[in-house]
Amino acid sequence: MKKAVSILLAAAMAVSTLAGCGSSSKKEDVFYIGGIGPTTGAEAIYGTAVKNGAQIAIDEINEAGGINGYKIEYKFEDDQHDAEKSVNAYNTLKDWGMQILMGTVTTAPCVAVVDKTAADNLFEVTPSASSTDVIANGNVFQICFTDPNQGTASAQYIGEKKLAKKVAIIYDSSDVYSSGIEEKFVAEADNQDFEVVAEEAFTADSKTDFSTQLKKAQDAGADLVFLPIYYTEASIILKQADTMGYDPEFFGCDGMDGILSVENFDTSLAEGLMLLTPFAADATDDATTKFVSTYKDEYKDTPNQFAADAYDAIYTIKAAAEKADIKPNMSVSDICDALKAAMPEINVQGLTGGDEGLTWSETGEVSKQPKAVKIENGAYVGM
Amino acid sequence: MKKMFDFKNMKKGTKDQLITYAMVIVVFVIVQILASTGIMSSLMQGLLVPLCTYSIVAIGLNLCVGYLGELSLGHAGFMCVGAFSSAFFSKCMMTTGMNENLRFFLALILGTVVAAFFGFLIGIPVLRLRGDYLAIVTLAFGEIIKNVINVLYIGRDADGFHFSMKDTASLHIADDGEVIINGAKGITGTPHQSTFFIGVVLILISLFVVYNLVNSRSGRAIMAIRDNRIAAESVGINITKFKLMAFTISAAIAGAGGVLYAHNLSTLNALPANFGYNMSIMILVFVVLGGMGSFRGSIISAVILTMLPEVLRGLSDYRMLIYAIVLIAMMLFNWAPKAIEWRQRHSLKGLFAKKTKEVQ
Repeated sequence: MKKAVSILLAAAMAVSTLAGCGSSSKKEDVFYIGGIGPTTGAEAIYGTAVKNGAQIAIDEINEAGGINGYKIEYKFEDDQHDAEKSVNAYNTLKDWGMQILMGTVTTAPCVAVVDKTAADNLFEVTPSASSTDVIANGNVFQICFTDPNQGTASAQYIGEKKLAKKVAIIYDSSDVYSSGIEEKFVAEADNQDFEVVAEEAFTADSKTDFSTQLKKAQDAGADLVFLPIYYTEASIILKQADTMGYDPEFFGCDGMDGILSVENFDTSLAEGLMLLTPFAADATDDATTKFVSTYKDEYKDTPNQFAADAYDAIYTIKAAAEKADIKPNMSVSDICDALKAAMPEINVQGLTGGDEGLTWSETGEVSKQPKAVKIENGAYVGM
Repeated sequence: MKKMFDFKNMKKGTKDQLITYAMVIVVFVIVQILASTGIMSSLMQGLLVPLCTYSIVAIGLNLCVGYLGELSLGHAGFMCVGAFSSAFFSKCMMTTGMNENLRFFLALILGTVVAAFFGFLIGIPVLRLRGDYLAIVTLAFGEIIKNVINVLYIGRDADGFHFSMKDTASLHIADDGEVIINGAKGITGTPHQSTFFIGVVLILISLFVVYNLVNSRSGRAIMAIRDNRIAAESVGINITKFKLMAFTISAAIAGAGGVLYAHNLSTLNALPANFGYNMSIMILVFVVLGGMGSFRGSIISAVILTMLPEVLRGLSDYRMLIYAIVLIAMMLFNWAPKAIEWRQRHSLKGLFAKKTKEVQ
């Protein structure tokens, strides 16, 4: 009996293996740009935003004639915010013929993927993986701030604007992004005119109840709570703080972006929340209004900062490709070398760059202005 | 012809073993041929090591669930222990200029031994009890390990090692030192040393170990305990000793799988997705679907279920739905009485042998 099953299963395996081998028919006059990010699972909102934001940029570029006269083919693969799956997604895209990678969205998987792109010498622009480990190899460029930058910038902002005297921090110690920002924030806090009175951690397994952490912050007399965390947990914190009658100022980083679109969340609780984000959907400049209205038409949703970062990532690739004058029939490695050389020389007037635009150092770190926004009447308002 | 004759008259267990070894080796050869001719996609090549990893862990768990008859929900925890200890070792030794292969071999031994040690520690109190305590304790163990590693900081400089459970700043390492385990960021920059060849060798070694154990005197004692504890006790079998033996070996094999995992990716984090209880249950699913007590089945189902979501990528978001349906379909096909009856009537068995009955 088991023999029959084994044979069947072996046959199934053989078929699926062959299915994996199907080689794509590659065109010579098209740039293949791949994207990787979580479009399913707990972090799906970031991956989906990046996928959609990049799609808009690519549609615009293709409509306007493409890069150096060549159209772009774009494909996005899911990694479920897992390093191993991310590498699988990368390999799938490689089979498809990817020449440039826009990804990955989240930090931990990105560290695994940059290792593979370095080995293949494939040019990579990450919209939102913010750890410094990501840019260790020289072939990866970031659109977002690095974690240390965000932590330091937040502390400086709070100190300079004299937002608080006593600050409590609630962060996710099991998350690379959150603990990275927290570390630098605390380090910078020593130089600023406020005091960190409580550092309360939670982990991915205990992110549904924050009353203990809030109580400690309250008892310590904190008048500002710094939340370097993602918005899902932040929405619970805001709700619980409201229930227990604790009303400090709240301050978040770019992971907080998206809080207004949480389902079943009373957005009035987020009134007065400040966050450091490079993008505000209600900005009135032409580029932003055009992007936001297209995004709303296509995907029935307000774009967040991740979508804007992805949009900028695609335009960054375009700018670098035009500067380096690359062609689709060049090898992946040649494209990478040419783009690497071009990156420090370009300046992209993106959605997230403010007035001065985005520029890069040779190491891959971006330089742009941090922007703080405050939520008023259910919308972001620049501060 | 003579050989064929021998094969037919062989003891059933031995034949079963040989088929399993042959299957692994044949797959290995086919894959090597495909890879060298370049027909194989990058995705498949990237999947080879993870497939070996999960097969090994499934073999380890099958020993515990299928032969010892105890449920373990913490095999991802043992994997985690093996992964982190070996990656830590490799990272520390990278600067000493030690021979790469020797270093990996030592890392493999270390990861396996550390996982075995933890299995042994947990087993001492828990395996003395009757009931489902092992499931509860291993579940807790997996979660504890994951959380401890997420707050563990270890750095090294000229003065030696520094430990902390708080943050990197409290390590007080000198400027020229490096942080090896960085809390939630885990270990980055582990050397890539897992290859498909090593994976297959490890599968063969694990199979050799478990088959020999199961068919030895100790193995029969272990199965006797599973089938009837009181009867086993009455004939003088030392229950705790044999249970501990099986469980420790099971944990050690999971640790070896962890070593393979750690040396395949350059980043190692203890996330719920890779070392949480979901992964433990995933491995249990491999074992149950492959058939408890059948090591070959564990390998096959680990391979299929790991590969399925990846080869179905073309279907985008529907793949998760299809994956779930396949799980249910496989379960029904394997175990539903009607399906078994149908298979008996329409099986390929008639084409092959006249064997009448299979022992599950």
